[in-house]
Amino acid sequence: MPRRDDIQRILIVGSGPIVIGQACEFDYSGTQACKALVSDGFEVVLVNSNPATIMTDPELATRTYIEPLTPEFVEEIIRKERPDALLPTVGGQTGLNVSVELCEQGVLSRYGVEMIGANLTAIKVAEDRRQFRAAMEEIGLEVPRSGFANSLKEAQKILERVGLPAIIRPSFTLGGSGSGIAFNSVEFDEIISGGLQLSPIHEVLVEESIIGWKEFELEVMRDLNDNVVIICSIENFDAMGVHTGDSITVAPAQTLSDPEYQDMRDAAIAVIRKVGVETGGSNIQFAVDPSSGRMVLIEMNPRVSRSSALASKATGFPIAKIAAKLAVGYTLDEIPNDITLKTPASFEPTLDYVVVKIPRWNFEKFPATKPLLGTQMKSVGEVMAIGRTFQEALGKGLRSLEHDRTLAEEAVDPERIRENLIQPTPLRLAYLRLAFLEQWSLVEIAALSGIDPWFLFRFREVVQLEEELAASRGADPDLLRKAKRYGFSDVRLAQLFSESSDAEGRVWRDAEVRELREKAGIRPVFKRVDTCAAEFESYTPYLYSTYEAEDESEPSDARKIVILGSGPNRIGQGIEFDYCCCHAAFALKDAGFETIMVNCNPETVSTDYDTADRLYFEPLTFEDVMEIVEKEKPQGVIVQFGGQTPLKLALPLFHAGVPIIGTSPESIDLAEDRKRFGLLARRLGIPQPEAGTARSVEEAVGVARSIGFPVLVRPSYVLGGRAMAIIYDENSLQSYMASAVEAAPRHPVLIDKFLEDAREYDVDAVADGKRVVIGGIMEHIEEAGIHSGDSTSVLPPDESDLDPAHLETMRRHTRRLGLELGVVGLMNVQFAVRDEVYVLEVNPRASRTVPFVSKATGVPLAKIAAQLMIGRSLDELGLTVDPKVSHCFIKAPVFPFAKFPGVDTILGPEMKSTGEVMGVSENRGDAYARAQLSAGMVLPRTGVVFISVNDRDKPKVTPLAEGFQKLGFRLVATRGTAAYMKRAGLVVESVYKVKEGRPNVADLIKSDKIDLVVNTPLGRDSRYDEKAIRRACVQHGTPCITTLSAAHAAVDAIHALQREKISVRSLQDYHELKLADR
Amino acid sequence: MRRRALLCLEDGISFEGEAFGAGGESFGEVVFNTSMTGYQEVLTDPSYAGQIVIMTQPEMGNYGTNAEDVESRRPFVQGFVVRDCSPVFSNWRGHETLDGYLQKEGIVAIADLDTRSLVRRIRSQGAMRGGISTEDLDPTSLCRKVLQWPEMKGSDYVSKVTTSAAYDYPGERPRYRVVAYDFGIKTNILRNLSRRGCEVTVLPASAGAEDVLDLKPDGIFLSNGPGDPEPLQGAVDNIRKLIGKKPIFGICLGHQLLGLAFGGKTFKMKFGHRGGNQPVKNLVTGKVEITVHNHGFAVDPDSLPESELQLTHVNLNDQTLEGFRHRYLPVLSVQYHPEASPGPRDSLYLFDEFIQMMDQA
Repeated sequence: MPRRDDIQRILIVGSGPIVIGQACEFDYSGTQACKALVSDGFEVVLVNSNPATIMTDPELATRTYIEPLTPEFVEEIIRKERPDALLPTVGGQTGLNVSVELCEQGVLSRYGVEMIGANLTAIKVAEDRRQFRAAMEEIGLEVPRSGFANSLKEAQKILERVGLPAIIRPSFTLGGSGSGIAFNSVEFDEIISGGLQLSPIHEVLVEESIIGWKEFELEVMRDLNDNVVIICSIENFDAMGVHTGDSITVAPAQTLSDPEYQDMRDAAIAVIRKVGVETGGSNIQFAVDPSSGRMVLIEMNPRVSRSSALASKATGFPIAKIAAKLAVGYTLDEIPNDITLKTPASFEPTLDYVVVKIPRWNFEKFPATKPLLGTQMKSVGEVMAIGRTFQEALGKGLRSLEHDRTLAEEAVDPERIRENLIQPTPLRLAYLRLAFLEQWSLVEIAALSGIDPWFLFRFREVVQLEEELAASRGADPDLLRKAKRYGFSDVRLAQLFSESSDAEGRVWRDAEVRELREKAGIRPVFKRVDTCAAEFESYTPYLYSTYEAEDESEPSDARKIVILGSGPNRIGQGIEFDYCCCHAAFALKDAGFETIMVNCNPETVSTDYDTADRLYFEPLTFEDVMEIVEKEKPQGVIVQFGGQTPLKLALPLFHAGVPIIGTSPESIDLAEDRKRFGLLARRLGIPQPEAGTARSVEEAVGVARSIGFPVLVRPSYVLGGRAMAIIYDENSLQSYMASAVEAAPRHPVLIDKFLEDAREYDVDAVADGKRVVIGGIMEHIEEAGIHSGDSTSVLPPDESDLDPAHLETMRRHTRRLGLELGVVGLMNVQFAVRDEVYVLEVNPRASRTVPFVSKATGVPLAKIAAQLMIGRSLDELGLTVDPKVSHCFIKAPVFPFAKFPGVDTILGPEMKSTGEVMGVSENRGDAYARAQLSAGMVLPRTGVVFISVNDRDKPKVTPLAEGFQKLGFRLVATRGTAAYMKRAGLVVESVYKVKEGRPNVADLIKSDKIDLVVNTPLGRDSRYDEKAIRRACVQHGTPCITTLSAAHAAVDAIHALQREKISVRSLQDYHELKLADR
Repeated sequence: MRRRALLCLEDGISFEGEAFGAGGESFGEVVFNTSMTGYQEVLTDPSYAGQIVIMTQPEMGNYGTNAEDVESRRPFVQGFVVRDCSPVFSNWRGHETLDGYLQKEGIVAIADLDTRSLVRRIRSQGAMRGGISTEDLDPTSLCRKVLQWPEMKGSDYVSKVTTSAAYDYPGERPRYRVVAYDFGIKTNILRNLSRRGCEVTVLPASAGAEDVLDLKPDGIFLSNGPGDPEPLQGAVDNIRKLIGKKPIFGICLGHQLLGLAFGGKTFKMKFGHRGGNQPVKNLVTGKVEITVHNHGFAVDPDSLPESELQLTHVNLNDQTLEGFRHRYLPVLSVQYHPEASPGPRDSLYLFDEFIQMMDQA
C-alpha cells in the first residue's frame, strides 16, 4: 500500500511549552514527523507555541505558526492554509486534545480535513476509562477489577469482587479530593461515605489496588495493512504506584519469561486493533501481579509518547518518523530500516545491551512541597544510559544525572530507611543502598519497596562491590576492571579508594584512577546500537561505551567537531540548549565537517541518530568525554552550546589538551569569576551593581554592610538561579549563608547590591573576535529581582518607555565586552537600567533566549555562532548589522505550580519555570495576550478583577485599576488596597482577607466570582492569606498576576483581546515581511 | 574464585570467560540467537543439536528455569554462551537457576565474554565450529580439537535426537489423527496440534512411509530438526511416497525435506536465521508476520518445480524462501516456526490451515 496521493498538505500540531510530563520528546517526535513528510514531498503546516523547538525552525516545515494551541487559533490556521489532513499523534496530549476538539466542533469536517493516524473514535476509546474498560472486556483482556457505586451497599458488593486494599475515587471531584485507599473494611466504609457525599452525582469508583505490582510498557506500531510490531518492551524498576515518568525504567523487560512476554505481546496487538489506532505508534501499559503472574491492562496512549521517544533511542527504531510515514499510507515493509539499510521496518528490534532511564527531579526548587513520588509525575527531565548489563547501564545513568552529592553516609535511623523504602522519593536508590549496607535482607527490602528482587539483587552486587573496592584501594587491576564493567566512574572509584579505613587519609583524585586503569589497559570500547544485535551490518554510528573486547567505533579521518550536549533537562537548562547543539550540528555538517554529538538525554532531537553524523549516547562527564575525544581525535570540541553541563567541563578538558573551539575556556572562566570580571568591567568603565564574594557567614555580613541591603545572593557556577535570593537584612543573610556553604563548600557565594525597581534587559549577540553583532535586546516585563528565565521578555523593547541613550549604551557595552573577552560564538549580557545602565552578568555561551531571538529575527544565531567557531567571520557570513524585528515578539514562561501542592506561586530570583512560549503580533498587547494564552493563562475579556498589592506598589495601583475599569472590569480589593483606590475616585468593592471572615477572597475565587487576580507579594515573606489566594487561583485555574508590570501588560492584552479578531501569520511570512521592510 | 572457561573458534580466535553450567569440554557449530526471552526453550529445542548457541541479549537467567517451558525431554545444545548469567532468578514460575539447570543437564556454558564481538565475527565469516572447555584453557590446544570436530554440512544429527520409539500425544476433544515424523520435534508443535483436536502419533525419523499410512492418519506432520537435510535421503524417499496421499504440513527441517522430495535443492546459509524477530511476508495475503526462526540451511526457490509449487512466504530481510504450498495437492510447508516458543505467535494460523486441509481431504 504505497504513499497516498490524495493528500498533499498536512497539519501537524505540536505539544506547546515544556511542562512536567510533556517535554522535548515531542519536539523530537514532531521534528521527525515533519522531516519524514517533507522529504516525501508533502507540504507540512506546523503549529506550536514553543519557540525553543527545532520543529518550529522555519526551514523544517512549509508553513510554521507559533501560535496558541487552542481550537480557535488552529481553526484560523486551517482556514488560511487549508490542509488536507491533520496528524494529531505526534504532539503529545496537547496536540491530541486540540485535534479532538477541532474534530468535535466540526471544524475538521467543515474544512474537509481528514484526521490521519488515529481517528476520533479510537482516541475516545483509548482515553475514556469506561469505553476502554468495556472494549478490553470484549476482547477478553483484564483490567483492574472495579465498579461504580451510588450507595455504600453497592460499594460493599463491589468490594467482594475487588478485595482489599481498594482504591476509591469519587466521580467529578476536583483534584481527586475524597479519593483514598482503604486497607480495611472500616476505612472502606468511611472513605465511601465521604466520597459519595463529595461527588456531585453521588458516585464513587471502587477499584482493585495494584500498587506494588510489576509495571511494563510495550511500544506498538500498526500500519494500514494491519501489520503490527512491538518496538520495545520496558520494565519499570519501581513498582506500580510510581508514575512511569518518575520510575527508573529498563529496556528490554528483564524478568518475564517467554510465554509471559508473548501473552503481553498478544494482548498489546489485540488492544491496538480493538481500540482502532489505524496507523502509527501506541504505548500500552501493563501491571503484573508478582505472586501469580496475573496481568492487567492499565492504559493505552494512542499516540507517540515519552516512552516511545525512549524506545526509539533505546532501540534505534525511529517510531515517530515511521509513524508519520504509516499515516500517509506506507506499510511497514515498504519502509527501510535506516540503520541496516538492507532490511525493512517491519520487524521487531532486538537489543544486545541494556538501557536504563533515570528521571531527574527539581524538588529543591519547591521547598514547600514534600519530595514524594506517586501517581502524578513530578520529574522535569531524564537520562538514558546504555550498557551491556543492567548494572553498567545503571551506573552510567547515575553519573549522567550530574548530581553533585550522594546521600550522606552517616548512620541512618532504621525507621527512616523503612519509611523511605515504602514511600519512594528521589533518594530511593540511596536508601536502598543504605538498607543493603545495614545488611537488610533482600526479601524484606523487596516486600517494603515492591521492587523486583532481581533488580535488588543486581543493585546489591554493586553495593557489595563498593566495599571490596574500598578495601582494595586500587591495588587489584582485576577488581578495577570489574568495577568499570559494573559502571563505576573514575570519580566514584576515587571516592571509594579514599574512603578505605586504612587509607591514612590519602585522598584519591579521579585522574589517578584514570592513570591506574590506563596502565592496566582498562579502557572502554564503543559498540553500536543497531536494532538487530549485530545480525546485520549497521551504517549508522550510534555508539555507547562499555568495557568489552571489541571496538566498533571506526572513527574516520574526516575533519570533525564534537558537540557536547546539555544532559538531562532541569529547570534552568532545557530544550533551548539542545536546540543550540542541534543547530551547531546542522551548520557544521553544511560546512563540510563530520559532526559528533555527545549527550545522554533521550528526549532530545540532538540524540536522534539523524542529527549529527555520529552519536555517542554517553554521560557528559570528564571521564566519558575524554574517552570519546581520545578515540575520535576531533579538530574541535564545542562546549558553549549545552548550558552549564559542558561548560563545567571546559577548563578540565582544555587543561587536558582538548581543542575547545570558540571563546576560550579562560574567557568563559573570567566571565564567570565575579572578581576578575569586576576588574574588567571597571577597567572598561562599565558600571556594575556593587558586589563582593564570600566563603563564610562573616565575610558575607561584611560585604553586605559595605554595599548595603537589599542584596542579591547566589552560589557561583549555577544556572537557573539555583538557591538565589534577595535578602533584606542580616539575620536572613546569616541563615542563607549557613545553608549555602553546606551545599557547596568549594564555591564562593556571590553578593550583589540589589537594584530595586530597575528594569532588566537581556542581550543576545554573536561575535567573531573582531566584530559583535547584536541579535536582539529583550526587555523584561517584570522588574529586577525576578529570574530572567521566569520573566516575560519583549523583543523589541518598548522605546517609548526607555531613554534611547540607554539602549545605545547597552549595545556599546555588549560590543565592548564581546571584544574584550574575545568571544567567538554566542554571548548573552544582562543589564539593569535605573538611573544608568548596569551590567549584571555576561555569559559567553548559548543563552536560554537564543532560539527565541532566532525565531523572531529569522537570523539563526546558533548556526552562525557555530560557523564563527570554525574560523568563519561575520563578514564572510554577511551578518554585519544588528538584525531588526518588524513585529512584537513576547516570550512568556510556563510554571509547574499545579504539580506541587502547597507551593507559592510568586516569582523571585530563583528560576522555577519549566518552559516557554512565544506570542507574536503587530502590537504588544495582542502579542502578550497570545503569549499568556499559550502559557495557559486565559485572560478574561471582562468581569471582575481582584487587586491586592503591597505597600510599595500602592502608590502605583491607581492607574492600573483605572485601566481595568476602562476595559469594563468591576474592581474588588481588600480593605487596604481598596481604600487607596477609593481615594483616587474609583468604584471598588471591599472583600475580606482570608483571615478576616467569610466569604473571603479565596471563597470568591473558588466560587467563580473573580476572573482575574492581581496580587503582588509583601516583600520577603508572603503572608498566609496571600499564599491562600494564589493557591486558590492555581487550583481553580484563575489567572493570577504577581507583579504590577505584568498587570499593566495584561491591561494592554485584554484591550487587544476586546478589539481584535484572531488572525495568524506564519513565521515564513513574518520573515519575508521583514525583508521587505529593509 | 569462579571457574574459568575458554571458547575457541575454528578460525583460531579464542575468548576467555567464566564457566557456568556443567564442567567439561564440548564442541559444535557456533551460532547465535537474537531472541531476548526464551532461553530455556532454545536450550531444549532439538534443532540445536550439534550447536553451541550464543544468546545476543546479555542478561540471561533472570527468570530462572521451570518444568513447563521446555520444548523436548532435555537440552540439546552442545554449549551455551552468554554475556551474563544471573546467579538468582525472580519469577513466580521460576524453579531453578539457569546455572543449576545446565549443571544438572550436563551442558557446558561460558559467560562474561564479549558475545557481540563473537556474533559480529560469525556474521562476517559465517557459522564456524567451536569449542568450550573448562579443562583445557590453552587456546592452541583447544583450537586443534575444534578442527577435529565434524562440519555441520553433511552431518546427520536427526538420528541422535529423534524418539527411539513411537508414542502418542493426546488431543483435546480429538477429531483428527495426525502422524508426526520426529526429526527433532518441538513440544509446542504437539501442543498446538493437540489444542486443535489432533491426536498425534509421533514416529521415529526412521519410520517408513508404510508405517505412517498403516496408522490411517488424517494428516501427516514433518517436524523441525537439526542439521543438514541432504544426508537424510531415507526421509526424503518416504516423504515422496506420502505426497498426495494425505495432507502434509512441514516445518523447518520438515520443510527442507519436502523441498528435496519435490526435487528441489537445499544450501547452507552463511550463518542462518535464529531468533524471534524475522519479518516474513505472506505472499497470499500480503501481510507481514513476525516469525521465529532456527535454521542454518534453506531451500533454493529456483530449484523448485514452479508448475507444482506456489511460493507462499518470503523473508523480507534477505528474500530467502520461507514457505510454499502445492498447487493441487494438500501440502503446506514453512521454513520458520509457527509454533513460536520462544517468540511471537503471529503465525499460529498455519496450524489452522493444516486443519482445514484435513477437513477438505
